[in-house]
Amino acid sequence: MAITLNVNGKAQELDVDPEMPLLWAIRDHLQLTGTKFGCGMALCGACTVHIDGQPTRSCVTPVSAAQGRQVTTIEGLATPAGHAVQEAWVSLNVPQCGYCQSGQVMSAAALLASNSKPSDADIDSAMAGNICRCATYVRIRAAIHQAAETLSATTGGHG
Amino acid sequence: MYFRHFEDNAAPGSVPRPSDLTRREFLTLTTLAGTGLTLGLVLPGCAPKSQSSAVATADRLVMPFVRIAPDNTVTVICKHLEAGQGVWTGLPAIVAEELDASWEQMRVESAPAQVPLYGNLAFGGKIQGTGGSTATANSWQQLRQAGATARAMLVAAAAKQWNVPAAEITVSEGVLAHAGSGHKATFGELAARAAQELVPTAVGLKDPATFKIVGNEKLPRLDGRAKSTGKQQFAIDVMLPGMMTAVVMRPPRFGGKVSAFDATRAKAVPGVVDVVQIPRGVAVVARDMWSAKKGREALTVTWDESGAEKRGTTELMKEYRAMAGEKEAVSVVRRGEAEAALAHAMHRVEGEFEFPYLAHASMEPLTAACRLAPDKCEIWAGCQFQTVDQGNAAAAVGLKPEQVFINTLAAGGTFGRRANPESDYIAEVASIAKATEGRYPVRLIWTREDDITGGRYRPLYYHRATAAIGKDGKVAYRQRIVGQSIVADTPFAGMIKNGVDPTAVGGSAPEQYDLDHADVSWSPAKVGVPVLWWRSVENTHMAFSKEVMIDELAEAARKDPVEFRLSLLGKHPRAAGALKLVAEKSGWDKPFAKGNGRGRGVAVHESFGSVVAQVAEVTVSGDKISIDRVVCAVDCGIAVTPDVVKAQMQSGIGYGLSAALTGRITLTDGHVDQSNFHQYQVLRINEMPRAIEVYIVPSTNPPSGVGEPGTPPIAPAVANAVRSATGIRLHSLPFDLTAARRGSSQKAT
Repeated sequence: MAITLNVNGKAQELDVDPEMPLLWAIRDHLQLTGTKFGCGMALCGACTVHIDGQPTRSCVTPVSAAQGRQVTTIEGLATPAGHAVQEAWVSLNVPQCGYCQSGQVMSAAALLASNSKPSDADIDSAMAGNICRCATYVRIRAAIHQAAETLSATTGGHG
Repeated sequence: MYFRHFEDNAAPGSVPRPSDLTRREFLTLTTLAGTGLTLGLVLPGCAPKSQSSAVATADRLVMPFVRIAPDNTVTVICKHLEAGQGVWTGLPAIVAEELDASWEQMRVESAPAQVPLYGNLAFGGKIQGTGGSTATANSWQQLRQAGATARAMLVAAAAKQWNVPAAEITVSEGVLAHAGSGHKATFGELAARAAQELVPTAVGLKDPATFKIVGNEKLPRLDGRAKSTGKQQFAIDVMLPGMMTAVVMRPPRFGGKVSAFDATRAKAVPGVVDVVQIPRGVAVVARDMWSAKKGREALTVTWDESGAEKRGTTELMKEYRAMAGEKEAVSVVRRGEAEAALAHAMHRVEGEFEFPYLAHASMEPLTAACRLAPDKCEIWAGCQFQTVDQGNAAAAVGLKPEQVFINTLAAGGTFGRRANPESDYIAEVASIAKATEGRYPVRLIWTREDDITGGRYRPLYYHRATAAIGKDGKVAYRQRIVGQSIVADTPFAGMIKNGVDPTAVGGSAPEQYDLDHADVSWSPAKVGVPVLWWRSVENTHMAFSKEVMIDELAEAARKDPVEFRLSLLGKHPRAAGALKLVAEKSGWDKPFAKGNGRGRGVAVHESFGSVVAQVAEVTVSGDKISIDRVVCAVDCGIAVTPDVVKAQMQSGIGYGLSAALTGRITLTDGHVDQSNFHQYQVLRINEMPRAIEVYIVPSTNPPSGVGEPGTPPIAPAVANAVRSATGIRLHSLPFDLTAARRGSSQKAT
């Protein structure tokens, strides 16, 4: 069945089972492999993408449910928050194995888009769905704080 | 995991994969590899007998561990797997230091599978593999030499080109200069000329006091950006033209075999291409992962379970307890007169300890891709045992090992899981390629359920221990360990000496403390559940009982836990040093505000050549344990990349906390009870301590391990902190305060 998906600003037609999780559609059929498979049950957050700006677990979202909506993957993340998060990630050497980090970055960017100055508790709450087996959590917290500061500075404190 | 000794059982090595090399480079490299004239592999007593031309090419300098290109990039050929532990940063740092390169010009790529060239020297050089926290330690001299040799050749080339004495040439930040003549050149500009130089037989290495890159606190990870932008490629991301995706249905109990299967319904699932039997189960091959999964759900397999393990973990633990009471056991350490000393003790503590099976649960589920031709097999995976994987893949497809080409990709975690003697997931993908006759490249993906139920766990263990102080102040220690051997019945069985498997029972109290009387013994168990090394291996459980028993003994004797340990570390100065540093940095000598469930505890343990001491501060609220702060001191010799060392301590602590707080695999009637992260719970960000402070003990010793040693001390440090806060003795993992409050036979006397 033909499904029209808008991913990273580009409309594309796919001939796939409408029940196929969005994760496998974007990985196997659009060859966008930055989004990762970790559990298939929305338990680990490795597959996090944005749908209309909201962080969403693509491993349990049927591809048909994403029709007519804007899907953003790590490859298309271009918001100021996304950029600030990625720069903070690099500067604080957050990644270790790196496999979960696309999902972490997508969740963190969504957090900063809705909360420009998150506390540690806000971060823990927003990021608790993203597992990192390398336990880079201490640096994730620090990097989100650093990204928030960067955004605040570039928007004159009104971030 | 690690190896003290092992059999000469490695698969023969292959020649390098020629894809990235010109024919001439390839021929030269293989020729040199065959004669031992390879740069950076000048082992003591194996110096080249004669000088030879360098690996000359048209425009670049190509050596086994370093390649310098006209575009001024310096690429380090990494023989080790990058699985997060930072070898893609640390090993290039060693080369860059001796080369006097700039960090910005450094690149890294994985080496092909080839021994002895890329063998792990800690494994005798006969196996190419990563484990036992050996990557930096075994590469240290090798890569310093490689960097210094390349530097010497660049200098020699510059001296000729500028017609100046080599001794007057300086090298800094990737630029060679001659002050007198004003000449300057980059590495890239001199690479072609340097390749024509003779390979020096001896090169001087730097005085560590002058290091600029090694020891640099601010060094960015070379893989940091790719891993922050989704660009890092893992095995699961490999896309080959025409590639299919496979999943495998495996036996529901360990040791089961396929009796028969009906693929009719599976083949009717749109997208399913093939259903084939392989030695480990039945594979469903489809055009994408979703179709493969749906195909597997529609597959019917009848299993022969005559040889399957049908016991559950409750029965196993009951058997282990009984075995602990049996007189016959393998002696591990025997010293002094333990029985008599324990019988006449002034202070005495006893404990029983239970440790569950644990899954590694790396974030990237096991994945590998394979492309098979009649005379060639290519593998893409996060290979941790390259030459073992090569041999196992060769056996699976019926080719010679040298016909198997291993492409090692970054691994999305491993924690030991990818280093298994049977190369399980790699043998599987090779078997699928064989069964489908190489009609298409195929990628095998394990689902999370396959991973959690798939075995190769940290073994189940039971410990029974007694520790005592006599009137003479001497300490006696008796311990029985019951559990499976990791290496028995594998090609690594040679590690077992006099019946003692160091991967099961190493790191005991009398090995790590100056104890006068000791009797440590082991009862090996035979169970059909496959087991494996799990980040820090035997230290996951041996450090726990040791550090809890010693702490309780200090308490019984009314001694400070740090002072008591220091009194037993006279022959272990590095452990004493790390312990003193952690005590100082944590403010151990200052009053600690107890009450409201707060407590603090300490632990120290040596593993993989390094010592780590940790102080944990906790709050116990009801039956919930929160870890508020962890202070960590590590002595790992020279810290090549201090920020990576700190990251590995943070990581080791987080990984150990998963096991302390929630990690548990159980079996009922031989079936694994957990399947995904809702049942096999791992540490999340809200459970991670807000503060983890890491301090590195200054050292001039050669580097030792950091990937694993951060894990062992955290669980006992937290248990000791909880006891300090509540008086409750936590002896079994994961911690269950409710059960511990109910009490047990464990008591101090």
